Amino acid sequence: MNDRILITVTVNGAPHEREVEPRLLLVQFIREELGLTGTHIGCDTSYCGACTVLLNDLPIKSCTMLAVQADGYEVRTVEGLEKDGKLHAVQDAFSEHHALQCGYCTPGMLMSACHLLETNARPTDLEIRKSIQGNLCRCTGYSNIIKAIASAADKIQEVSGQEVAGGNPV
Amino acid sequence: MYPAPFQYHRAKTVDEAVGLLAGIGEGARVLAGGQSLLAILKLRFDEPTDLVDIGRIANLDQIDDAGEVINIGALATHNRIGASAIAEAIPIVSDCANGIADNQVRNLGTIGGSVASGDPSCDWPTLLHTLDGEILCQGPDGARTLDINGFVEDLYQTALKPAEIITGLRFKKPAAGSGGAYCTFKRCAPAYPTIAVGVQLTIRNGQVDSSRIALGSAGLTPIRASAAEAELTGGSLGADEINKAAEAAVAAADPYDDRRGSAEFKRQLIATLTKRAIAIAQRRAGGETVKNSPEYY
Repeated sequence: MNDRILITVTVNGAPHEREVEPRLLLVQFIREELGLTGTHIGCDTSYCGACTVLLNDLPIKSCTMLAVQADGYEVRTVEGLEKDGKLHAVQDAFSEHHALQCGYCTPGMLMSACHLLETNARPTDLEIRKSIQGNLCRCTGYSNIIKAIASAADKIQEVSGQEVAGGNPV
Repeated sequence: MYPAPFQYHRAKTVDEAVGLLAGIGEGARVLAGGQSLLAILKLRFDEPTDLVDIGRIANLDQIDDAGEVINIGALATHNRIGASAIAEAIPIVSDCANGIADNQVRNLGTIGGSVASGDPSCDWPTLLHTLDGEILCQGPDGARTLDINGFVEDLYQTALKPAEIITGLRFKKPAAGSGGAYCTFKRCAPAYPTIAVGVQLTIRNGQVDSSRIALGSAGLTPIRASAAEAELTGGSLGADEINKAAEAAVAAADPYDDRRGSAEFKRQLIATLTKRAIAIAQRRAGGETVKNSPEYY
Protein backbone atom coordinates (compact mmCIF):
# COMPACT_ATOMS: atom_id res chain seq x y z
CA MET A 1 0.00 0.00 0.00
CA ASN A 2 1.16 3.48 -0.77
CA ASP A 3 4.65 2.75 -2.13
CA ARG A 4 6.88 5.77 -2.53
CA ILE A 5 7.73 6.80 -6.06
CA LEU A 6 10.93 8.34 -7.36
CA ILE A 7 10.31 11.57 -9.24
CA THR A 8 12.44 14.33 -10.73
CA VAL A 9 10.97 17.80 -10.94
CA THR A 10 12.95 20.77 -12.24
CA VAL A 11 12.14 23.78 -10.10
CA ASN A 12 13.43 27.22 -11.11
CA GLY A 13 15.97 25.55 -13.38
CA ALA A 14 17.37 23.05 -10.86
CA PRO A 15 16.39 19.35 -11.02
CA HIS A 16 15.24 17.80 -7.74
CA GLU A 17 14.99 14.05 -7.27
CA ARG A 18 12.87 12.75 -4.38
CA GLU A 19 11.02 9.64 -3.31
CA VAL A 20 7.49 10.77 -2.53
CA GLU A 21 4.17 9.36 -1.42
CA PRO A 22 1.77 9.34 -4.39
CA ARG A 23 -0.71 11.44 -2.41
CA LEU A 24 1.80 14.28 -1.88
CA LEU A 25 0.46 17.41 -3.55
CA LEU A 26 2.74 19.48 -5.75
CA VAL A 27 2.44 22.47 -3.40
CA GLN A 28 3.56 20.33 -0.47
CA PHE A 29 6.47 18.99 -2.53
CA ILE A 30 7.55 22.56 -3.30
CA ARG A 31 7.11 23.87 0.25
CA GLU A 32 7.99 20.91 2.45
CA GLU A 33 10.40 18.81 0.38
CA LEU A 34 12.23 21.69 -1.29
CA GLY A 35 11.70 24.35 1.41
CA LEU A 36 10.45 26.92 -1.12
CA THR A 37 7.75 28.50 1.03
CA GLY A 38 7.08 31.44 -1.29
CA THR A 39 4.28 29.41 -2.87
CA HIS A 40 1.35 29.70 -0.46
CA ILE A 41 -1.47 27.36 0.47
CA GLY A 42 -4.63 29.44 0.77
CA CYS A 43 -8.01 27.77 0.38
CA ASP A 44 -6.60 24.33 -0.52
CA THR A 45 -9.69 23.77 -2.69
CA SER A 46 -8.59 25.20 -6.05
CA TYR A 47 -10.43 28.51 -5.61
CA CYS A 48 -7.96 31.11 -4.41
CA GLY A 49 -4.86 30.68 -6.58
CA ALA A 50 -2.32 31.53 -3.83
CA CYS A 51 -0.54 28.27 -4.80
CA THR A 52 -0.25 29.21 -8.51
CA VAL A 53 3.02 28.12 -10.12
CA LEU A 54 4.02 27.74 -13.76
CA LEU A 55 4.16 24.12 -14.95
CA ASN A 56 5.93 23.88 -18.31
CA ASP A 57 5.26 27.65 -18.60
CA LEU A 58 1.50 27.41 -17.91
CA PRO A 59 -0.13 28.62 -14.67
CA ILE A 60 -1.70 25.85 -12.59
CA LYS A 61 -2.89 25.49 -9.00
CA SER A 62 -0.27 23.38 -7.23
CA CYS A 63 -2.73 22.40 -4.46
CA THR A 64 -4.75 20.51 -7.07
CA MET A 65 -2.00 18.47 -8.67
CA LEU A 66 -0.05 15.50 -7.32
CA ALA A 67 3.72 15.82 -7.19
CA VAL A 68 3.96 12.55 -9.17
CA GLN A 69 2.01 14.21 -11.99
CA ALA A 70 4.83 16.77 -12.32
CA ASP A 71 7.52 14.08 -12.71
CA GLY A 72 9.92 15.12 -15.49
CA TYR A 73 8.32 18.55 -15.84
CA GLU A 74 9.53 22.11 -15.18
CA VAL A 75 8.06 24.24 -12.43
CA ARG A 76 8.64 27.93 -11.84
CA THR A 77 7.82 29.51 -8.48
CA VAL A 78 7.98 33.05 -7.15
CA GLU A 79 11.53 32.39 -5.93
CA GLY A 80 12.61 32.02 -9.56
CA LEU A 81 11.48 35.50 -10.60
CA GLU A 82 14.41 37.44 -9.14
CA LYS A 83 17.54 37.30 -11.31
CA ASP A 84 21.04 38.28 -10.09
CA GLY A 85 19.66 40.11 -7.09
CA LYS A 86 17.29 42.14 -9.28
CA LEU A 87 13.55 41.88 -8.91
CA HIS A 88 11.45 40.89 -11.94
CA ALA A 89 9.66 43.81 -13.61
CA VAL A 90 6.34 42.50 -12.28
CA GLN A 91 7.69 42.39 -8.72
CA ASP A 92 9.03 45.94 -9.07
CA ALA A 93 5.68 47.12 -10.36
CA PHE A 94 3.77 45.45 -7.49
CA SER A 95 6.06 47.26 -5.05
CA GLU A 96 5.78 50.58 -6.83
CA HIS A 97 1.97 50.50 -7.18
CA HIS A 98 1.26 49.15 -3.70
CA ALA A 99 -0.30 46.07 -5.31
CA LEU A 100 -0.07 44.06 -2.11
CA GLN A 101 -1.59 44.61 1.28
CA CYS A 102 -1.30 41.44 3.40
CA GLY A 103 0.74 39.83 0.61
CA TYR A 104 -0.77 36.37 0.94
CA CYS A 105 -2.09 36.17 -2.63
CA THR A 106 0.97 37.93 -4.08
CA PRO A 107 3.11 34.91 -5.14
CA GLY A 108 0.20 33.47 -7.11
CA MET A 109 -0.72 36.87 -8.57
CA LEU A 110 2.90 37.37 -9.68
CA MET A 111 3.04 33.98 -11.42
CA SER A 112 -0.27 34.58 -13.25
CA ALA A 113 0.94 38.06 -14.23
CA CYS A 114 4.28 36.71 -15.47
CA HIS A 115 2.54 34.16 -17.63
CA LEU A 116 0.28 36.84 -19.09
CA LEU A 117 3.21 39.09 -20.00
CA GLU A 118 5.21 36.18 -21.45
CA THR A 119 2.38 35.35 -23.82
CA ASN A 120 0.83 38.78 -24.41
CA ALA A 121 3.24 41.72 -24.37
CA ARG A 122 0.53 44.37 -24.65
CA PRO A 123 -2.51 43.13 -22.71
CA THR A 124 -5.70 45.16 -22.59
CA ASP A 125 -7.31 46.00 -19.25
CA LEU A 126 -9.83 43.18 -19.80
CA GLU A 127 -7.08 40.68 -20.63
CA ILE A 128 -5.28 41.62 -17.41
CA ARG A 129 -8.49 41.14 -15.41
CA LYS A 130 -9.16 37.77 -17.06
CA SER A 131 -5.60 36.60 -16.39
CA ILE A 132 -6.13 36.90 -12.62
CA GLN A 133 -9.67 35.42 -12.58
CA GLY A 134 -8.28 32.46 -10.69
CA ASN A 135 -6.43 34.54 -8.09
CA LEU A 136 -8.35 35.82 -5.10
CA CYS A 137 -7.18 38.89 -3.14
CA ARG A 138 -9.03 38.89 0.17
CA CYS A 139 -7.81 42.45 0.80
CA THR A 140 -9.69 43.31 -2.44
CA GLY A 141 -6.69 45.22 -3.73
CA TYR A 142 -7.46 44.45 -7.34
CA SER A 143 -7.27 48.01 -8.70
CA ASN A 144 -3.63 48.38 -7.77
CA ILE A 145 -2.80 44.84 -8.89
CA ILE A 146 -4.26 45.59 -12.34
CA LYS A 147 -2.38 48.91 -12.47
CA ALA A 148 0.86 47.15 -11.51
CA ILE A 149 0.52 44.50 -14.21
CA ALA A 150 -0.23 47.18 -16.85
CA SER A 151 2.77 49.17 -15.67
CA ALA A 152 5.03 46.08 -15.77
CA ALA A 153 3.92 45.47 -19.36
CA ASP A 154 4.90 49.05 -20.26
CA LYS A 155 8.24 48.70 -18.45
CA ILE A 156 9.11 45.42 -20.21
CA GLN A 157 8.26 47.03 -23.58
CA GLU A 158 10.39 50.05 -22.78
CA VAL A 159 13.40 47.95 -21.72
CA SER A 160 13.19 45.61 -24.71
CA GLY A 161 12.86 48.70 -26.95
CA GLN A 162 16.05 50.15 -25.46
CA GLU A 163 17.88 46.85 -25.91
CA VAL A 164 16.89 46.74 -29.56
CA ALA A 165 17.98 50.38 -30.01
CA GLY A 166 21.26 49.70 -28.19
CA GLY A 167 21.95 46.69 -30.36
CA ASN A 168 21.43 48.69 -33.54
CA PRO A 169 23.82 51.68 -33.43
CA VAL A 170 23.00 54.22 -36.07
CA MET B 1 -5.35 18.43 3.03
CA TYR B 2 -4.00 15.03 2.08
CA PRO B 3 -6.00 12.45 0.17
CA ALA B 4 -6.15 9.04 1.85
CA PRO B 5 -3.19 6.86 0.79
CA PHE B 6 -3.36 5.11 -2.57
CA GLN B 7 -1.11 3.29 -5.01
CA TYR B 8 -0.21 5.22 -8.15
CA HIS B 9 0.10 3.72 -11.64
CA ARG B 10 1.03 5.63 -14.78
CA ALA B 11 -0.39 4.08 -17.95
CA LYS B 12 1.43 4.59 -21.24
CA THR B 13 -1.38 3.32 -23.46
CA VAL B 14 -5.16 2.97 -23.33
CA ASP B 15 -4.80 -0.82 -23.31
CA GLU B 16 -2.43 -0.64 -20.35
CA ALA B 17 -4.85 1.66 -18.48
CA VAL B 18 -7.80 -0.66 -19.12
CA GLY B 19 -5.70 -3.66 -18.05
CA LEU B 20 -4.67 -1.94 -14.82
CA LEU B 21 -8.26 -0.89 -14.04
CA ALA B 22 -9.59 -4.40 -14.73
CA GLY B 23 -6.85 -6.00 -12.63
CA ILE B 24 -7.32 -3.70 -9.64
CA GLY B 25 -11.10 -3.74 -9.69
CA GLU B 26 -13.49 -1.59 -7.67
CA GLY B 27 -10.94 0.47 -5.73
CA ALA B 28 -9.35 2.02 -8.82
CA ARG B 29 -10.06 5.50 -10.16
CA VAL B 30 -8.87 7.17 -13.36
CA LEU B 31 -6.73 10.30 -13.04
CA ALA B 32 -6.50 12.61 -16.06
CA GLY B 33 -6.13 16.34 -15.30
CA GLY B 34 -7.25 15.84 -11.72
CA GLN B 35 -9.30 19.04 -11.47
CA SER B 36 -12.46 17.23 -10.33
CA LEU B 37 -10.94 14.07 -8.84
CA LEU B 38 -8.31 15.66 -6.59
CA ALA B 39 -10.85 17.95 -4.93
CA ILE B 40 -12.97 14.88 -4.14
CA LEU B 41 -9.98 12.94 -2.80
CA LYS B 42 -8.72 15.85 -0.68
CA LEU B 43 -12.13 16.19 0.96
CA ARG B 44 -12.11 12.38 1.37
CA PHE B 45 -15.48 12.02 -0.31
CA ASP B 46 -13.80 9.07 -1.98
CA GLU B 47 -10.86 6.91 -0.90
CA PRO B 48 -9.70 4.79 -3.84
CA THR B 49 -7.03 2.15 -3.29
CA ASP B 50 -5.36 2.96 -6.59
CA LEU B 51 -5.13 5.77 -9.13
CA VAL B 52 -4.45 4.97 -12.76
CA ASP B 53 -2.93 8.08 -14.34
CA ILE B 54 -3.87 8.29 -18.03
CA GLY B 55 -2.60 11.89 -18.31
CA ARG B 56 0.45 10.99 -20.36
CA ILE B 57 -1.06 8.61 -22.88
CA ALA B 58 0.14 9.83 -26.29
CA ASN B 59 -2.25 11.11 -28.98
CA LEU B 60 -5.28 11.23 -26.69
CA ASP B 61 -5.41 15.03 -26.75
CA GLN B 62 -5.98 15.65 -30.45
CA ILE B 63 -8.57 18.18 -31.60
CA ASP B 64 -9.56 17.22 -35.08
CA ASP B 65 -11.94 18.71 -37.64
CA ALA B 66 -12.83 15.69 -39.79
CA GLY B 67 -15.18 17.61 -42.09
CA GLU B 68 -18.68 16.73 -40.94
CA VAL B 69 -17.59 15.55 -37.52
CA ILE B 70 -15.45 17.13 -34.81
CA ASN B 71 -13.34 14.70 -32.79
CA ILE B 72 -11.79 15.76 -29.49
CA GLY B 73 -9.44 13.46 -27.58
CA ALA B 74 -10.32 12.82 -23.95
CA LEU B 75 -7.12 14.49 -22.71
CA ALA B 76 -7.59 17.80 -24.56
CA THR B 77 -7.58 20.52 -21.91
CA HIS B 78 -10.26 23.21 -21.73
CA ASN B 79 -7.68 25.85 -22.65
CA ARG B 80 -6.40 23.95 -25.69
CA ILE B 81 -9.95 23.45 -26.93
CA GLY B 82 -10.75 27.12 -26.21
CA ALA B 83 -7.78 28.28 -28.28
CA SER B 84 -8.40 25.83 -31.16
CA ALA B 85 -9.62 26.53 -34.67
CA ILE B 86 -12.75 24.58 -33.76
CA ALA B 87 -13.64 27.03 -30.98
CA GLU B 88 -13.05 29.86 -33.45
CA ALA B 89 -15.37 28.27 -36.01
CA ILE B 90 -18.06 27.08 -33.55
CA PRO B 91 -18.63 29.88 -30.99
CA ILE B 92 -20.66 27.73 -28.56
CA VAL B 93 -17.54 25.58 -28.09
CA SER B 94 -15.55 28.70 -27.25
CA ASP B 95 -18.25 29.86 -24.81
CA CYS B 96 -18.02 26.56 -22.97
CA ALA B 97 -14.24 25.93 -23.05
CA ASN B 98 -13.19 29.46 -22.15
CA GLY B 99 -15.89 29.86 -19.51
CA ILE B 100 -14.84 26.88 -17.40
CA ALA B 101 -13.35 27.94 -14.06
CA ASP B 102 -10.13 29.98 -14.44
CA ASN B 103 -6.93 29.90 -16.46
CA GLN B 104 -5.11 27.61 -14.01
CA VAL B 105 -7.89 25.00 -13.94
CA ARG B 106 -8.36 25.19 -17.72
CA ASN B 107 -4.66 24.38 -18.21
CA LEU B 108 -5.03 21.02 -16.45
CA GLY B 109 -8.70 20.02 -16.66
CA THR B 110 -9.70 17.78 -19.57
CA ILE B 111 -12.89 17.29 -21.57
CA GLY B 112 -12.81 13.55 -20.87
CA GLY B 113 -12.59 14.12 -17.14
CA SER B 114 -15.43 16.64 -17.23
CA VAL B 115 -17.68 14.07 -18.91
CA ALA B 116 -16.53 11.04 -16.89
CA SER B 117 -17.07 12.77 -13.55
CA GLY B 118 -20.86 12.53 -13.97
CA ASP B 119 -21.14 15.86 -12.19
CA PRO B 120 -24.21 17.85 -13.36
CA SER B 121 -22.24 21.05 -12.73
CA CYS B 122 -19.52 20.14 -15.23
CA ASP B 123 -19.96 22.08 -18.46
CA TRP B 124 -18.95 19.64 -21.21
CA PRO B 125 -21.80 17.13 -20.68
CA THR B 126 -24.31 19.97 -21.02
CA LEU B 127 -22.56 21.24 -24.14
CA LEU B 128 -22.49 17.74 -25.65
CA HIS B 129 -26.24 17.48 -25.01
CA THR B 130 -26.65 20.75 -26.89
CA LEU B 131 -24.56 19.48 -29.83
CA ASP B 132 -25.96 15.91 -29.82
CA GLY B 133 -22.54 14.47 -29.02
CA GLU B 134 -21.19 10.98 -28.63
CA ILE B 135 -18.70 9.46 -26.24
CA LEU B 136 -15.98 7.07 -27.40
CA CYS B 137 -15.02 4.53 -24.76
CA GLN B 138 -12.66 1.61 -24.43
CA GLY B 139 -12.85 -1.20 -21.93
CA PRO B 140 -11.98 -4.86 -21.43
CA ASP B 141 -14.59 -5.81 -24.06
CA GLY B 142 -13.23 -3.40 -26.65
CA ALA B 143 -14.31 0.01 -27.94
CA ARG B 144 -17.87 1.33 -28.10
CA THR B 145 -19.64 4.60 -28.76
CA LEU B 146 -22.30 5.94 -26.41
CA ASP B 147 -24.87 8.65 -26.97
CA ILE B 148 -24.64 11.58 -24.56
CA ASN B 149 -28.38 11.10 -23.86
CA GLY B 150 -28.53 8.92 -20.79
CA PHE B 151 -24.75 8.82 -20.31
CA VAL B 152 -24.92 10.59 -16.95
CA GLU B 153 -27.36 8.26 -15.19
CA ASP B 154 -27.45 9.89 -11.80
CA LEU B 155 -25.34 12.16 -9.61
CA TYR B 156 -21.69 11.13 -10.24
CA GLN B 157 -22.90 7.97 -12.01
CA THR B 158 -22.27 7.33 -15.68
CA ALA B 159 -22.97 4.53 -18.16
CA LEU B 160 -19.26 3.62 -18.15
CA LYS B 161 -18.73 -0.06 -17.29
CA PRO B 162 -16.08 -1.16 -14.81
CA ALA B 163 -12.56 -0.62 -16.20
CA GLU B 164 -13.93 1.36 -19.15
CA ILE B 165 -12.42 4.77 -19.93
CA ILE B 166 -13.41 7.63 -22.20
CA THR B 167 -10.97 8.04 -25.09
CA GLY B 168 -12.71 10.83 -27.00
CA LEU B 169 -15.81 12.88 -27.69
CA ARG B 170 -17.36 13.74 -31.01
CA PHE B 171 -20.21 15.75 -32.43
CA LYS B 172 -21.49 16.76 -35.84
CA LYS B 173 -20.34 20.15 -37.05
CA PRO B 174 -23.36 22.50 -36.89
CA ALA B 175 -24.90 23.06 -40.31
CA ALA B 176 -24.71 26.33 -42.23
CA GLY B 177 -27.34 28.69 -40.80
CA SER B 178 -26.90 27.16 -37.36
CA GLY B 179 -25.87 29.16 -34.31
CA GLY B 180 -25.43 28.33 -30.68
CA ALA B 181 -24.68 29.85 -27.30
CA TYR B 182 -23.70 28.49 -23.90
CA CYS B 183 -24.65 30.91 -21.13
CA THR B 184 -23.69 30.56 -17.48
CA PHE B 185 -24.24 32.48 -14.26
CA LYS B 186 -21.61 31.95 -11.57
CA ARG B 187 -20.56 33.23 -8.16
CA CYS B 188 -16.98 33.73 -9.41
CA ALA B 189 -14.69 32.30 -12.07
CA PRO B 190 -13.35 29.26 -10.15
CA ALA B 191 -16.87 28.22 -9.06
CA TYR B 192 -19.12 25.85 -10.96
CA PRO B 193 -22.06 27.58 -12.66
CA THR B 194 -25.15 28.18 -10.58
CA ILE B 195 -27.05 27.51 -13.81
CA ALA B 196 -25.86 26.82 -17.36
CA VAL B 197 -28.00 26.79 -20.52
CA GLY B 198 -26.88 25.65 -23.98
CA VAL B 199 -28.93 26.44 -27.09
CA GLN B 200 -28.25 25.48 -30.70
CA LEU B 201 -30.63 26.67 -33.42
CA THR B 202 -30.65 25.99 -37.13
CA ILE B 203 -32.62 28.66 -38.91
CA ARG B 204 -33.73 28.60 -42.56
CA ASN B 205 -35.55 31.55 -44.11
CA GLY B 206 -36.41 32.89 -40.70
CA GLN B 207 -37.86 29.61 -39.52
CA VAL B 208 -36.35 27.34 -36.88
CA ASP B 209 -35.47 24.09 -38.62
CA SER B 210 -34.13 22.40 -35.53
CA SER B 211 -33.34 23.39 -31.98
CA ARG B 212 -31.57 21.86 -29.03
CA ILE B 213 -31.66 23.14 -25.47
CA ALA B 214 -29.77 21.63 -22.53
CA LEU B 215 -29.45 22.66 -18.88
CA GLY B 216 -26.49 22.25 -16.52
CA SER B 217 -26.42 22.50 -12.71
CA ALA B 218 -30.22 22.31 -12.90
CA GLY B 219 -30.75 18.88 -11.34
CA LEU B 220 -28.88 15.67 -10.52
CA THR B 221 -27.88 15.14 -14.16
CA PRO B 222 -27.50 17.37 -17.21
CA ILE B 223 -31.00 17.87 -18.64
CA ARG B 224 -32.12 17.98 -22.25
CA ALA B 225 -35.15 20.29 -22.42
CA SER B 226 -37.01 18.60 -25.30
CA ALA B 227 -40.33 20.33 -24.55
CA ALA B 228 -38.56 23.70 -24.75
CA GLU B 229 -37.07 22.71 -28.11
CA ALA B 230 -40.54 21.80 -29.37
CA GLU B 231 -41.78 25.33 -28.58
CA LEU B 232 -39.16 26.75 -30.98
CA THR B 233 -38.94 24.20 -33.79
CA GLY B 234 -41.01 25.20 -36.79
CA GLY B 235 -41.61 28.69 -35.43
CA SER B 236 -40.01 32.02 -36.16
CA LEU B 237 -38.63 32.93 -32.71
CA GLY B 238 -41.45 35.30 -31.81
CA ALA B 239 -41.56 36.69 -28.27
CA ASP B 240 -44.39 34.35 -27.33
CA GLU B 241 -42.52 31.26 -28.57
CA ILE B 242 -39.36 32.29 -26.72
CA ASN B 243 -41.31 32.85 -23.49
CA LYS B 244 -42.96 29.45 -23.81
CA ALA B 245 -39.57 27.81 -24.46
CA ALA B 246 -38.15 29.46 -21.34
CA GLU B 247 -41.15 28.25 -19.29
CA ALA B 248 -40.73 24.72 -20.67
CA ALA B 249 -37.00 24.79 -19.81
CA VAL B 250 -37.89 25.76 -16.22
CA ALA B 251 -40.45 22.93 -16.10
CA ALA B 252 -37.85 20.42 -17.34
CA ALA B 253 -35.39 21.38 -14.59
CA ASP B 254 -35.23 19.95 -11.11
CA PRO B 255 -33.06 22.43 -9.20
CA TYR B 256 -32.40 22.19 -5.49
CA ASP B 257 -31.43 24.64 -2.75
CA ASP B 258 -27.71 24.81 -2.05
CA ARG B 259 -24.95 27.34 -1.35
CA ARG B 260 -25.20 28.61 -4.92
CA GLY B 261 -28.80 29.65 -4.47
CA SER B 262 -32.36 28.59 -3.77
CA ALA B 263 -34.30 26.40 -6.19
CA GLU B 264 -36.58 29.35 -6.94
CA PHE B 265 -33.61 31.62 -7.74
CA LYS B 266 -32.25 28.93 -10.06
CA ARG B 267 -35.61 28.62 -11.85
CA GLN B 268 -35.53 32.35 -12.57
CA LEU B 269 -31.96 32.01 -13.83
CA ILE B 270 -32.97 29.15 -16.16
CA ALA B 271 -35.69 31.33 -17.71
CA THR B 272 -33.38 34.32 -18.12
CA LEU B 273 -30.40 32.35 -19.44
CA THR B 274 -32.60 30.35 -21.85
CA LYS B 275 -33.91 33.59 -23.38
CA ARG B 276 -30.42 35.04 -23.48
CA ALA B 277 -28.91 31.95 -25.12
CA ILE B 278 -31.72 31.85 -27.71
CA ALA B 279 -31.07 35.50 -28.56
CA ILE B 280 -27.33 35.00 -28.99
CA ALA B 281 -27.82 31.74 -30.93
CA GLN B 282 -30.23 33.52 -33.28
CA ARG B 283 -27.77 36.33 -33.96
CA ARG B 284 -24.92 33.89 -34.50
CA ALA B 285 -27.06 31.78 -36.83
CA GLY B 286 -27.43 34.96 -38.87
CA GLY B 287 -23.66 35.23 -39.18
CA GLU B 288 -23.12 37.87 -36.51
CA THR B 289 -20.09 37.69 -34.18
CA VAL B 290 -21.36 37.90 -30.62
CA LYS B 291 -19.11 37.85 -27.55
CA ASN B 292 -20.40 35.74 -24.69
CA SER B 293 -18.71 35.19 -21.32
CA PRO B 294 -19.99 33.86 -18.01
CA GLU B 295 -21.86 36.37 -15.89
CA TYR B 296 -20.97 36.74 -12.22
CA TYR B 297 -23.08 37.70 -9.20
